[in-house]
Amino acid sequence: MEKKNTLPFNGTKEQEQRLMEVIAEHKGQQGATIPVLHKAQEIYGYLPIEVQKMISEGLDVPLAEIYGIVTFYTQFSLNPKGKYQIGVCLGTACYVKGSGDILEKIKEILKIDVGECTPDGKFSLEATRCVGACGLAPVVTINEDVYGRLVVADVADMLAKYQD
Amino acid sequence: MDMVRGHILCCGGTGCTSSGCEAIIKEMEAQLVAHGLEKEFKVIKTGCFGLCALGPIMIVYPEGAFYSRVEPKDVKEIVEEHLLKGRIVKHLLYQETVEEDNIKSLNEVDFYKKQMRIALRNCGVINPENIDEYIAFDGYKALGKVLTEMSREDVIKEIKDSGLRGRGGGGFSTGLKWQFTYAAEGDQKYVACNADEGDPGAFMDRSILEGDPHSVIEAMAIAAYAVGANQGYIYIRAEYPIAVKRLQIAIDQAKEYGLLGKNIFETGFDFDLEIRLGAGAFVCGEETALMTSIEGKRGEPRPRPPFPAIKGLWAKPTLLNNVETYANIPQIINNGAAWFQTIGTEKSKGTKVFALGGKINNTGLVEIPMGTTLREIIEEIGGGIPNGKKFKAAQTGGPSGGCIPASLMDTPIDYDSLIAIGSMMGSGGLIVMDEDNCMVDIAKFFLEFTVDESCGKCTPCRIGTKRLLELLTKITDGKGTMEDLDKLEELCYSIKASSLCGLGQTAPNPVLSTLQYFRDEYEAHVRDKKCPAGVCKALAQYTIDPDKCKGCSLCARQCPVGAISGQVKSPFVIDQEKCIKCGACQSACKFNAIDKK
Repeated sequence: MEKKNTLPFNGTKEQEQRLMEVIAEHKGQQGATIPVLHKAQEIYGYLPIEVQKMISEGLDVPLAEIYGIVTFYTQFSLNPKGKYQIGVCLGTACYVKGSGDILEKIKEILKIDVGECTPDGKFSLEATRCVGACGLAPVVTINEDVYGRLVVADVADMLAKYQD
Repeated sequence: MDMVRGHILCCGGTGCTSSGCEAIIKEMEAQLVAHGLEKEFKVIKTGCFGLCALGPIMIVYPEGAFYSRVEPKDVKEIVEEHLLKGRIVKHLLYQETVEEDNIKSLNEVDFYKKQMRIALRNCGVINPENIDEYIAFDGYKALGKVLTEMSREDVIKEIKDSGLRGRGGGGFSTGLKWQFTYAAEGDQKYVACNADEGDPGAFMDRSILEGDPHSVIEAMAIAAYAVGANQGYIYIRAEYPIAVKRLQIAIDQAKEYGLLGKNIFETGFDFDLEIRLGAGAFVCGEETALMTSIEGKRGEPRPRPPFPAIKGLWAKPTLLNNVETYANIPQIINNGAAWFQTIGTEKSKGTKVFALGGKINNTGLVEIPMGTTLREIIEEIGGGIPNGKKFKAAQTGGPSGGCIPASLMDTPIDYDSLIAIGSMMGSGGLIVMDEDNCMVDIAKFFLEFTVDESCGKCTPCRIGTKRLLELLTKITDGKGTMEDLDKLEELCYSIKASSLCGLGQTAPNPVLSTLQYFRDEYEAHVRDKKCPAGVCKALAQYTIDPDKCKGCSLCARQCPVGAISGQVKSPFVIDQEKCIKCGACQSACKFNAIDKK
């Protein structure tokens, strides 16, 4: 179910330098691959094949193994994320309180599916696992902002706050 | 040290952070300065108090005034009235604590009355980012006692005698696990902590790490001494940024104080601890998968035996316990196994933390002695079901557990009684459902989760759960047959019997338990093509109640397919053939006249 990556990779020299420092710091440590991938995603925002190749060469781990790890864990993304990353909690507590309907409404308004990004790069949508704010269920996160006790009618106003 | 005349405890757990506690703390600090009180009162950001439904929470001591759902604009009033003039601001208090001219202590409130806090003892009491506060509450006393007064064998015996069982879900004897790792031969041993809390709706491990990280660090050091390890790993979900940050602060402070590192308490015992971040894979909560992930690979499980106690991390003997299990250890060492034995039921000793969620008034975190009944948890501690709705089921054990119906509400909760009724303890998520939840839909929800999270290594889990989900989807779409119900059941048993790890072996439980207790709902979907709770869209029927309909025609104008007709000022009717079940009419109706069944 690989989605098409619409934006070309345009990493900067500075990002590459930071990645090389991370690799140098972890090289030779036991079980270093996942910590390096976490930091690489922090630097680039996602893990395109170009970044995976640099890590593969730097850590001397086969690219196939790196790709296998990146695609296994949901935290690692092959695609760039939107400026505003929307996460709809589909943990059980949120689900029984109607987060499924809220997800449908967001999809309808933004015309994107889970795992996709709007063509202008503004919003990306994820269905997340429990964020642990079950007391506020149902919960949606947009970047660092948390919206709780939502009803479907709130969705349009919530998204309207992110128009810039 | 400065003398202060009062403490202001603000909850800084994830729940309260999400509802805005940072702004409250900032405002409180600013108001204290504005009124010249900053030397008289100390603001402390604590871990979770448990009553997340009422967040952000603020408690002012010495009075113990419990302010709930505090907003930044309330802070000024609290400072000017309560702190300055000594008059508690009653209308901002948690109303259950208000008595005529007094306030009740928290221990007398329904939510806390039946609780007993062992694992959560320091959560909401101390500042988790300050090791001195932990030490002031007997912190690291147990480690000192173990290292200076007890042999390794004594420690293991004490844990075995306590009867403590693994709090991650399986319920295996913790003492035996320690014993096996102790007895295993190896030049290098490891201890590890499972903080990969993947069960959707459970957040007790996170709250412990956020509210009392040192208790886990201390326990891991004790475990390392007992089994003969000198290196530990905490595997924690990357989705828990606050917990990761506080844990790292705690580790750094413990190192600075010489409580981690070389020659601890000058006894020659060395122990070092590292955090490893998970990357979002539910299967990594399974012990062999977790260790493969720490090793930096795809987190796929492997067959057992060999068990981790013999061959764990990097093929060395490894002790793996869950966060809540560890949090009990210092208390057992300090108070003794005999004390712990007095709490709980015959085969399940101590307490269990549950995350109460779903259709319940007091959502939050509760710690109860084993043997408390579900009814006590839901009706007394949880404050019942909101909006006067009827209780339908409680789900425990997450995607591995089952649904408990109203008829079994008086079951005393422990490991064995929950297994006996087709559910399991799991990590402690407890989700309450009311009459508006469809049990077939809930089973489908959990199967969607397991299909997504199955790692794909073994066929019964990879293909079997997918087939289960297809059957459930067929039923909720109104296309199921009675044979499908039999097939569903048979498939469940095959998957349970043949999957490689716990994920697959327990994945059918949500289906089996709902089939057992709510078969009539399945049959209604199949035979009558109806969803009794009105959840399954394909089966929903919208009808207009002629007694409530005023004939305003608003619904007919909203209907995108022209399915509603009638004369103005007399009741309208929905043509079921044309209706696409979008619900636009129901949200438009001002008289609540449209039912969904």
